[in-house]
Amino acid sequence: MGYIHVTDRHGKTHNLEAVEGWRVMEIIREHGLPIEAVCGGACECATCHVYVAPEWQEKLFPAREDEEDMLDELPEISQTSRLSCQIIWSQELNGLQLTLAGG
Amino acid sequence: MSGEIVSIEEYTARANCTRSCDIAIIGAGPVGLFAVFQAGLLGLKCILVDALERPGGQCSELYPEKPIYDIPAYPVISGQELTDRLMEQIKPFAPEFLYSQQVASLSKTSEGTFELVTTQGISISAPAVFIAAGAGSFVPRKPKVENLAAFEEKSFFYAVRNRNTFLNRDVVIFGGGDSALDWTLDILPQVKSLTLVHRRDKFRAAPASIEAMRKAVEDKRLRLVFGQLNGLAGGDGELETISVKTSDGTIEDLKADRALAFFGLNIELGPIAEWGLNLNSKLIEVDTERFETSTPGIFAIGDINWYPGKLKLILSGFHESALAAQAAFKIARPDEKLVFRYTTSSSDLHEKLGVA
Repeated sequence: MGYIHVTDRHGKTHNLEAVEGWRVMEIIREHGLPIEAVCGGACECATCHVYVAPEWQEKLFPAREDEEDMLDELPEISQTSRLSCQIIWSQELNGLQLTLAGG
Repeated sequence: MSGEIVSIEEYTARANCTRSCDIAIIGAGPVGLFAVFQAGLLGLKCILVDALERPGGQCSELYPEKPIYDIPAYPVISGQELTDRLMEQIKPFAPEFLYSQQVASLSKTSEGTFELVTTQGISISAPAVFIAAGAGSFVPRKPKVENLAAFEEKSFFYAVRNRNTFLNRDVVIFGGGDSALDWTLDILPQVKSLTLVHRRDKFRAAPASIEAMRKAVEDKRLRLVFGQLNGLAGGDGELETISVKTSDGTIEDLKADRALAFFGLNIELGPIAEWGLNLNSKLIEVDTERFETSTPGIFAIGDINWYPGKLKLILSGFHESALAAQAAFKIARPDEKLVFRYTTSSSDLHEKLGVA
């Protein structure tokens, strides 16, 4: 068991219980935070865009080329932009901090 | 209308202003398409409206190549193939498609039918409406720049409608996909200057286009900048300067009076939210007998609807379309009796399907 800490678009941080093997997008969606995730995790829509806290960036698997391709379509990204459907949660990511990108 | 004799001019004029059908379907995704089939078996005619320029919705726009494994009788089928099969299946019913437009307004007339007007100004009159809009309409993804709206459709565009807009202009194009590169190469000969701005030195486009673009950069006919849009400046809707944050973090001001942005597509619920239907966080509440909304005669099927136990599966949408079509029949043909028949054995259905 573990948690992720998600800051919403109003700056409020939510501590969400995480589930081993779930996509971070799914954890956020299941807790009812506003995340569109239109394509449902197929890495095809870029509507689950998050900013990962810099100190966590290194601990994640690097983005694959198809994720980079989708990030290319976003007009505004940062150095730590990721698609949360491409981050699978495991115990090593207990305490992961991220911020929901603009809707 | 039957028996009424009208002149060709009158007929054309009518056809131009209002199109009539039994069911106006908003959304030509898999569920909207299958609704045409279910309605067709009951003898009901459909007109479909879709924001995209082709059928299939998410299936053809988001994952045409991705395999789908949960369509009954298809162990695996791609989004595009599913769309193609559905188009083939509904062919006997000759539905009319209105592409590249949204339904801007929906109202009920005094005769009790619905009137829909699209963003291209086409009116549809129908006794029943099916909203099969999925997650909403695909619209161009917009950058988050404060004063963007002042320039949109005046000097900042998401598509090329008229090439002359860019004639002898200083143009900046944003994006790294096929649309961005195709239009870069297309308008290059006629612009005063052209700068292509993309996030990184990697393009997802046809190899020939990438090669042609690189050649143009080499020949100094095109400038390539790695970075993202930072701000817009100008007055009265006319751009003068576009500021770009380059990948090394510096801000560069580009002299530009026209811009084109190709950031892919976003999905928005759009005008549907304003039709007074009961919504539950962007989803339309329906009953599970008819899949009718809080407004009688307006139905919602597929991913856009919500009811207890709802699963956002294509197959659920197929089921919903069959039941909604039965309910729509009672509205469109109040004086006719509906007989339930199977396609395996009914000669009437065989005739409708053109297999008699």
